[in-house]
Amino acid sequence: MFDVLRQSLNTGVVTTTYPAASPEVSNRARGRPEIDWAQWKDARPAAAVCPTGAIAFADEGTRRTASLDLGQCVFCGLCADVDPAIRMTNECELAARGRSRLIASAHYKLQNDGTHEKLLDEPTLGGAGTTNSAMQAAGQELQARLDAVLGRSLHIREVDAGSCNGCEIEIVGLNSPVYDIERFGIHFVASPRHADMLLVTGPVTRNMELALRKTYDAMPAPRLVVAVGACGCSGGIFGRNYATCGGVDEVIPVDVYVPGCPPNPHALLHGILLAVGRIGEKR
Amino acid sequence: MNLLPGLRIVFDELTQRFGAQIEHAHAPQLNELYLHTPVVLAGGLCSILYRKYQARLAGVFAEDARARDKAFFVYYLYALDSAHGFVIVRVPVPADHPELPSLTNAIPAVNWQEREVQDLFGLKLVGHPNPRRCALHDDWPEVHPLRKDFDLKTQLPPFQGERHKFRKVEGEGVFQVPVGPVHAGIIEPGHFLFSVAGEPVLYLQLRMFYVHKGTEKLFESLPIPHCVRLAESISGDSSFAHATAFCHAIERAAEVDAPPRARALRTICLELERIYNHVADIGAICTDVAFVTAHMHAMRLKEQVLRANEQVTGNRLLRGMACLGGVRFDFDAEQIQALSNVLNSLEPQFNSLVELIRSHSGTRDRLETTGVLKPEVSRDLGVVGIAGRASGFDHDLRRDFPHAFYDQVSFTVPVFTEGDVQRRMVVRREEIFQSFAIIRQTLDKLPSGPIQSRLEQVPPDRVALGYVEGWRGEIFHWVHTAPRNRLARCKIKDPSLQNWPALSEAILGNIIPDFPVVNKSFNLSYSGTDR
Repeated sequence: MFDVLRQSLNTGVVTTTYPAASPEVSNRARGRPEIDWAQWKDARPAAAVCPTGAIAFADEGTRRTASLDLGQCVFCGLCADVDPAIRMTNECELAARGRSRLIASAHYKLQNDGTHEKLLDEPTLGGAGTTNSAMQAAGQELQARLDAVLGRSLHIREVDAGSCNGCEIEIVGLNSPVYDIERFGIHFVASPRHADMLLVTGPVTRNMELALRKTYDAMPAPRLVVAVGACGCSGGIFGRNYATCGGVDEVIPVDVYVPGCPPNPHALLHGILLAVGRIGEKR
Repeated sequence: MNLLPGLRIVFDELTQRFGAQIEHAHAPQLNELYLHTPVVLAGGLCSILYRKYQARLAGVFAEDARARDKAFFVYYLYALDSAHGFVIVRVPVPADHPELPSLTNAIPAVNWQEREVQDLFGLKLVGHPNPRRCALHDDWPEVHPLRKDFDLKTQLPPFQGERHKFRKVEGEGVFQVPVGPVHAGIIEPGHFLFSVAGEPVLYLQLRMFYVHKGTEKLFESLPIPHCVRLAESISGDSSFAHATAFCHAIERAAEVDAPPRARALRTICLELERIYNHVADIGAICTDVAFVTAHMHAMRLKEQVLRANEQVTGNRLLRGMACLGGVRFDFDAEQIQALSNVLNSLEPQFNSLVELIRSHSGTRDRLETTGVLKPEVSRDLGVVGIAGRASGFDHDLRRDFPHAFYDQVSFTVPVFTEGDVQRRMVVRREEIFQSFAIIRQTLDKLPSGPIQSRLEQVPPDRVALGYVEGWRGEIFHWVHTAPRNRLARCKIKDPSLQNWPALSEAILGNIIPDFPVVNKSFNLSYSGTDR
């Protein structure tokens, strides 16, 4: 008994101060790939080595649209190996409130040799979805009410709807003394009936689709859904096939998307806190 | 044909006995012998290999070769631990009469694998004691996804719910407890049906494959370099082991060796993966018997290893590190120093954790004699890895089939015969100490030179077996290459597939409240099983 206490006292406090301080991430960690859009000369080599299609392009006449989708990215860095206009940063707080907000794209003038030249307009991030100001105001009001209800004590139910278990390794880390999610009043619960938020990893398999729907339906309103990882955001490397439905939003509505393969515990915390309005989008 | 001496003896004796019935033999590697035989010989060969050479039937899988050979092929992968070699028997199954005899009655270890062949290829396993659906759930239409005429992107009707007819367990006071697929903890999905009388478990039925993702089919659609990233997502906690087993298979197919420094770095990464998983499991076992403090210390230590992983490979789960022909990132002096510092700081902390658990008699009371898997049952089921070693199975691919840098370092393989949760925990504890030693020795002997051999195009129509002792047990990737840097087939064999049925045996007579700790002591991968 005293040995147990002594060891705990000797260990001291190991909990990170995130989000007050920046994420404790190695400078060698591979996080968000950064494209130098103005200097980008050719999307083809990066698109060819990208295992998930996160970097893609479409040519139409003399115009090329090139894009980077963080919701598909597995942060392998192969694109940066072949393309000097791309470099890997160690940024991990990438969660966004909409799927389209993970996709950056730009238009280029296409050359005859297949390279592209100058940027036709500034690269853009997917928009908030609507430009109707009345709708936006109503959305903001709803969000504020939701934040007031769920923004303090939050109960989360986690569902693995098809993941490789990589995301679960990091989600479990939120309960460790290092990340200690309970310091935010946030708690993982055993039943969807006790939960305010569903934290879902994917890709949603055909065999888990019904279980995921039933879990969602069992939750009391208001409820939030956070899709975790490349597979949860988009289906990731598995995409859509005979056994998978793709990302979580193919099955249930998603409020926040957390990119990563898997997202580290800082990224997960950022996504969860973003969903309840206790932190803003970064980037 | 060049063969290891031990394998040569086996081959000579088999040819003497079966003569021309062995239609063709080839050995693309010294320790990998292929025998092409008619299907009638499968049982006889199995019996001799099993009885005379103590071969283990480590895998059964199929391939759709109808386009070229007018037949399916079924492969039996035997591991001859004492001869340090593999014998792979290939039998044809005619397309117009897709049936073959089942070996499950003789070797229960292949029960699930045969049913998987039946589901995914539509080959009937005649005489199988339990031929019900396994890999595809009962609501699936009559499709066989690994046949070549089945398209990866086929849209099937949505899941209608489980219609599996579980076996009935009846009697006074007997009731059934269904659990899953969505569990109470943060774990993967699967369905467990307990039949209990009072508290003790009479029977446990497992229903897996909820996270079947079409992975093996997907391997056939991607360029080989992309498959390395897919291999990292077979089972998240074994990302590096699976990716390395895949690279190993491709390297053997292409007859390219990873350079010594790459092999050493692979060994270090495999051991880091082992340490973080073993530490986490030791903690989780403690928490399942209510010793939460030990779990918290274990999670703290695991986090240190994950951060070390990030420091040396750029990813906490070692993703992005594996590549064909070697590894992607070298360790510079600063990283080696950092790694060494982490080990030096981790070891005494781990010792304290071990001491803490040892001093806690309540924990030992709960773990000893709980969830016993008897050595004879373990052998019949072909249980491998940590669970096998806790039940008397003295086997480790790192020692018996040295890969990566394991022939350059010395280590011991802990083996116990009690087969309880306590021993499965102690195997992990001892292996962590060995892992520290292996990493230190590897760092001391770290060869200089390149970290990648050139491997851009893989020749078509080659077969090869890649293998790695992952933290959970032996991982096999078998590949058959196709033109244009693609694969005709990739068979993934995670140790979990082999070990799940053992859980049903180990839990018998235990109480349901002990199920979490028994399950955790095996800690099998659902995704690695279901793929």
